[in-house]
Amino acid sequence: MADATYTGPLGADAPAGKLTTADGKPLKAALNAAQSKARWRAFFLVAPLFLFVLFTFVAPIGQLLYRSVHNPGFTTHTDLSTKVQTPIMVDLRAWFDANPRGTEPDEAAYAALASDLVVLRELKAPGSVGTRINYERSGARSMFTKAARRAEKLEPPFKEAMLDLDEDWADPELWSAMRGASSAYTLNFYYAAVDRTVGIDGSVTQVDAKRQVYVTLFQRTLFLSLLITFLCFVLAYPIAHLLATLPLRYSNLLMIFVLLPFWTSLLVRTTSWMVLLQSQGVVNDALVGTGVLADENRIQMMYNQTGTIVAMVHILLPFMVLPLYSVMRPINPSYVRAARSLGATSWTAFRRIYFPQTVPGIGAGALLVFILAVGYYITPALVGGADGQLISNLIAFHMQKSLNWSLAAALASILLGGVLILYWLYDRLVGIDNLKLG
Amino acid sequence: MALPTHASTLERVWHYTYLVICGLIFLFLIAPILIVIPLSFNAEPYFTFTEKMLKLDPTGYSSRWYDLLLTFGMNAPDAPRDGSWWADAWSNAAWIGAAKNSVIIGFFSTLLATVLGTIAALGLSRPEMPYRRAIMAILISPMIVPIIITATGLFFFYSATGLANSYVGIIMAHATLGIPFVIITVTATLVGFDHSLTRAAANLGANPTTTFFKITMPLILPGVISGALFAFVTSFDEVVVVLFVAAHDQQTIPRQMWNGIREQISPAILSVATILVIISILLLTTVELLRRRSERLRGISPG
Repeated sequence: MADATYTGPLGADAPAGKLTTADGKPLKAALNAAQSKARWRAFFLVAPLFLFVLFTFVAPIGQLLYRSVHNPGFTTHTDLSTKVQTPIMVDLRAWFDANPRGTEPDEAAYAALASDLVVLRELKAPGSVGTRINYERSGARSMFTKAARRAEKLEPPFKEAMLDLDEDWADPELWSAMRGASSAYTLNFYYAAVDRTVGIDGSVTQVDAKRQVYVTLFQRTLFLSLLITFLCFVLAYPIAHLLATLPLRYSNLLMIFVLLPFWTSLLVRTTSWMVLLQSQGVVNDALVGTGVLADENRIQMMYNQTGTIVAMVHILLPFMVLPLYSVMRPINPSYVRAARSLGATSWTAFRRIYFPQTVPGIGAGALLVFILAVGYYITPALVGGADGQLISNLIAFHMQKSLNWSLAAALASILLGGVLILYWLYDRLVGIDNLKLG
Repeated sequence: MALPTHASTLERVWHYTYLVICGLIFLFLIAPILIVIPLSFNAEPYFTFTEKMLKLDPTGYSSRWYDLLLTFGMNAPDAPRDGSWWADAWSNAAWIGAAKNSVIIGFFSTLLATVLGTIAALGLSRPEMPYRRAIMAILISPMIVPIIITATGLFFFYSATGLANSYVGIIMAHATLGIPFVIITVTATLVGFDHSLTRAAANLGANPTTTFFKITMPLILPGVISGALFAFVTSFDEVVVVLFVAAHDQQTIPRQMWNGIREQISPAILSVATILVIISILLLTTVELLRRRSERLRGISPG
């Protein structure tokens, strides 16, 4: 744009009625070229970081989503050392393809199973295949390893031979699970993540009440996050108001009380709460010491929901105070004064004049706290005990203990979906540009 | 905030109640952080104040837990404390090893996040940047997406690409987590940036590189440093990704703390916590000073 000069319409060599730059280009084209250059310049500044984040963040998330619908445990065996991939359960999968769901497994099916088991034994893979079926029908793993050990010695008729090994091989649930696993791409893990299962006839049904874990846990996560958000709001509002109305000199000092927790390690803050809330901890000792509580009535405040709630409110409180403060600071005090002088009581003036002006801050803070609370992991894991666990803890459990990675991926994908919706909402309502840190 | 002279009794009572409530909330915020400091000097292996401590009896206090931080994991912790003892501590003590790892990972991930983040923030703050909002949303998302999801995704991705159990993998992951902070702080500094300064520099014959280092950089430096500190703290405090993608011998301070809290919880954890609290006080002070400097540079006067 810098080299665009006004030469027309009276410019000597310009065609009449057209604006051109000094070197005779039409002004419009020169402007477009300059703008496009500026766009590219901005784009190239962002590009390296964007590619980096695509690689270290977007690709892993993509991998996670892929894992949640793709589990080749019943279709492909990968040798850990050589990385050679071998298709497995070929005969049985062919039988599943040829026979519709609901077909009673016949001799051909058992023969296919037996021949596949021989292959599994050679590949040393019955354990991993059994584990894949075990996700949907418990006990399957040991059946597979046991059957594979004797697979070579099995004689026709295979049906009787297999049932001799274990009666359960005739279990329709097992066959249904194997059919479900016979395709590497499956939605079964999503069904499992919402306490549903694919029944023998192929319909999706709810699992029986005592095995329903995940929906309850999602509900608990939502409930606790809402509660924590609300408590954060209740605690943050008065101090944000105080900070916003004090002269800057004092409020900057008091702000340290908000910012120091913000800067302190999450683990340190969680540890402090463990120290405070333990049954032999500072709070209980103080209550016993002052005679409020008898020694044998120490309150159990940790390793339960109370612990999770208290510690998380403390940790997330600054995220509520800061947006509230930045909205409250510029509010002009003369509005409230005007309301008072027109006869409003201080409560009415607050309710009708002050509070409505702070609603954007409440929205921003509440949304941020809620988004962060829904995915919390460390604090519930350390102080939550059994009933203070959130959905993140279950994802970690399936990743590290039960090793059902596809189910973990499905749970994580559902959580991710929820968080992204909230994030989109936050961006629409507040704008990520307005995110402030200290 | 001062109470007007015409305030009624009820308003007076409410005003002081309100101040007390605020005081209690501030106490709730700060007390848990400060309480670990005296407790870390406990002479007994308890997590509460002993009677001796309450009476301020010097024998109730000791620095044995700080000593344990040095000696834990050493070959010969009881040897006389000469040069070889310190060499032993430097190379074998578990906490010192964890601290070394944390600093190395923190340093490189901060460097990566700050350089990439600052350059990108310069682009993002230009009004002509195409798809600005969408790209910004993606770049900030590592801060919003629950850490467990990121860690799970990284675990799958790193096992597929061979980055698992490597320092490079952890550094890249931590840099990604720190980038949103750099972008937020640097773009915030650039909001008040007067672009006529760079135009003036160009007008006086400076090329874009010179303009950047002589004009832009000094002005946005406070924001860059705050962003870098945030990125460093994020890495220094990060445990979930390390648990998921790091090898067993790649201990960091938070990971060591995590293990300590879950397994053999001892006041040694509190002494680590105290050291970390002191570090965060120093960082907070630095950031606050930088913020004031930035405001002064940009002509916003503090009250």
